[in-house]
Amino acid sequence: MIISQLGYYSLIFGLLTSIFIFLNSSIQLKKNILVISDKSIGLIGFQFFFVFISFISLIFSFIISDFSNETVYNNSHTTKPLFYKITGTWGNHEGSLLLWLLVLTGVLLGFVFKSRNEPNNYRLLTILFHQITVIGFFIFVLKTSNPFNAIFPVQMEGLGLNPILQDPALGIHPPILYLGYVGTSIIFSAALASMISNYVNKSWAKNIKFWILFSWIFLTGGILLGSIWAYYELGWGGFWFWDPVENVSLMPWLSLTALLHCIVTLEKRELFKKWTIVLCIITFALSMVGTFLVRSGILNSVHTFANDPSRGIYILTFILVLVLLSFVIFVIYENKNFTQKSEIFTLSKETAVLINNWFILYFLSVVLIGTIYPIFLDVILDEQISVGPPFYNKLILPFLIPFVLFMSIGPSMKWIKTNFKFGAKSFFVIIFTLILSFITVYYIGEKNIFILLLFIGFFYLLLKSLDQFREKTKNFAQIFSHTGFSLLLISILLNSFSSREIVKNIQVGESFTLKNEKIIFKKIAIEKEKNYESVVGFFEILDDKNTIINLQPEIRIYNEPEMATSEASIKTTLFKDRFITINIIKDQNFFNVRYQHKPFMIWIWISTLIIMLGGMFAIFRKNKEVNI
Amino acid sequence: MQFLEKIKKSIFSLIILIFLIISFFVFKFALQKEKIYSPKISENQIFTDFEVVGLIEEKQINFYEVLSGKNFYLINIWSSWCEPCKDESEYLLELKKNTPVMMIGINYKDNKKNALNFLKLYGNPFDQIFIDKQGTISINFGAYGVPETFLINEENKVLKKYIGPLNDEDVYEIKNITNN
Repeated sequence: MIISQLGYYSLIFGLLTSIFIFLNSSIQLKKNILVISDKSIGLIGFQFFFVFISFISLIFSFIISDFSNETVYNNSHTTKPLFYKITGTWGNHEGSLLLWLLVLTGVLLGFVFKSRNEPNNYRLLTILFHQITVIGFFIFVLKTSNPFNAIFPVQMEGLGLNPILQDPALGIHPPILYLGYVGTSIIFSAALASMISNYVNKSWAKNIKFWILFSWIFLTGGILLGSIWAYYELGWGGFWFWDPVENVSLMPWLSLTALLHCIVTLEKRELFKKWTIVLCIITFALSMVGTFLVRSGILNSVHTFANDPSRGIYILTFILVLVLLSFVIFVIYENKNFTQKSEIFTLSKETAVLINNWFILYFLSVVLIGTIYPIFLDVILDEQISVGPPFYNKLILPFLIPFVLFMSIGPSMKWIKTNFKFGAKSFFVIIFTLILSFITVYYIGEKNIFILLLFIGFFYLLLKSLDQFREKTKNFAQIFSHTGFSLLLISILLNSFSSREIVKNIQVGESFTLKNEKIIFKKIAIEKEKNYESVVGFFEILDDKNTIINLQPEIRIYNEPEMATSEASIKTTLFKDRFITINIIKDQNFFNVRYQHKPFMIWIWISTLIIMLGGMFAIFRKNKEVNI
Repeated sequence: MQFLEKIKKSIFSLIILIFLIISFFVFKFALQKEKIYSPKISENQIFTDFEVVGLIEEKQINFYEVLSGKNFYLINIWSSWCEPCKDESEYLLELKKNTPVMMIGINYKDNKKNALNFLKLYGNPFDQIFIDKQGTISINFGAYGVPETFLINEENKVLKKYIGPLNDEDVYEIKNITNN
């Protein structure tokens, strides 16, 4: 109706503004009028404002259940709770692309404000390059994925939102993830601009570091939320499946992490200039490839909304154009503007950063190959395979040990040259690490030298990071993120080795045991909610101290669209999650019950939050001496 | 030395360029490939034992009886409010004219008046049309939405399943299968 019209025309105006900004900045650059007037800033503001209006109109259409709008009709239903009506806005292809566009124009506005003290030709070029991406996405949305398509006759009722997307963590997962994902676009534009305007130096690094941290924090948060959702909602008790869709969010994260370390080196020592630029380009290219893989329907998953090849081909061509553009610019300006200092490999922080980058790049290639190899194989040899966890474990785990060792000693190195002293303190850390690792390995009962080595590496990193709290010049950003990372690795390892699981088919009244616990199936009840009916199983767990824990797993049968989902019931404690799911066995009184012990689950979430906290420290620390 | 360096660099650039272009085409083919989904042998038998009601003459009949006497059946799920169905109708008409297939339409979540109007406007390619007011019959076929098309043989096996509107290639493929 009128709201959809408003949203649609607002998008058109947004596109026109973008084209105008693009032309305006090209003319300015050509005539060498290097000023960014308030008017130009106003235009960028307007561009954002138009997309914002359009986005709000779509949200509004969802709230009032305007079924004359095709997007709303396909993805909403009057019986949905308000929260899921709103989150349904981005729970579909069209809406999520509108969100893409919103963030894309938003970060440019932020950039213009945050870069007031930078040279204007650099700013203008950044705006110019960013507009190419913006215009590309405007056309993409308007041409192939218009969220305001009208349907006639107006329908009385919508088709509903996919029930497994009806989850609070998933409601906010896309916006957070997108802030990280799309945030990399401004890094890309700025990298190209800095190359042309000969501005790849300390002040550029300082300027763009904010956006790298910004994207990195949100990307971390987005991945965390997605993981939490997978753990609670999918009902398999896992949090990471090496699913292609998860991988495409991990890849930009890895290259952003590498970039984060590079940019600090550039800021301090003016080193790794070319490499930093390459990473900027790779990061954004990976975000785009991620968007392409997820949105085109090439991969089958809950994230795949669209099965329209024309959309995929558009994004694919667009990625190719952007990558080729940056490639050409890089080749032209590579030697022209880069006065590279000689890089000497001594025992120094620079070298540590470089080694860190090599490792991260290796991990990145493993994930990349695991993700796209099946697609290549399918096309070239017509063979379908899927790459699973064993592939990643084999190729990643062994290399984690040297990686964390370098990560442990890197931060205590100095720029230019370090003289290592091996004192009593280092000795105690090592002894303590060994003791902790042996105890842990003994406790989980895995007598395997490889696992012992992994634990030694991870604990060493943890203790070394914690040890830095005692130093005089503390770098909280690094301490927190490294501590968080080591905790994350330790929790994942503990979790994977001491998880226990039992699957039984039982009737009401029966019971079974896992380790020292007795699981009793008390009763079953049917409950009715607004948007679903649920079969609730009541379980009582008696642990070795005879305390009773109640768990109530559900099977939800959603009404629109009709679909059954399994809701796990989880009791979280500091050391262990108890996780139970039930499934109906057709035409029988038996229920399929799956009960799991998931140790240290909560630490996986907490440590990721600590990693993010490190990033926030880095953002809010102003003008102080920065180390990695 | 500098010359060698330059050659090295151009070869490296060339490799990257070739890699990019190959990836582009691989992804492009992957995109076009994914659309046609052929179910595995074990699950490609469709469920036929249910009652359906005709759109034009509102007569009730078991769907099992509909699928008899022909070598191939094309089941097309459509609706008058479905935009792509309008574009698709010319392909369906062509198939009706040029193949020995029995064309069966399933009118998905629609009302009778609009559906009949639609047929009047865009032509009626179907030998028989049944209504699926609630969308449940389409679920029996394992359909995702409208439009969707299934090619079935005399043993009720799904030979091909097309998600989304048919195009030239699909029509060509159907003709090939059914005319041999």
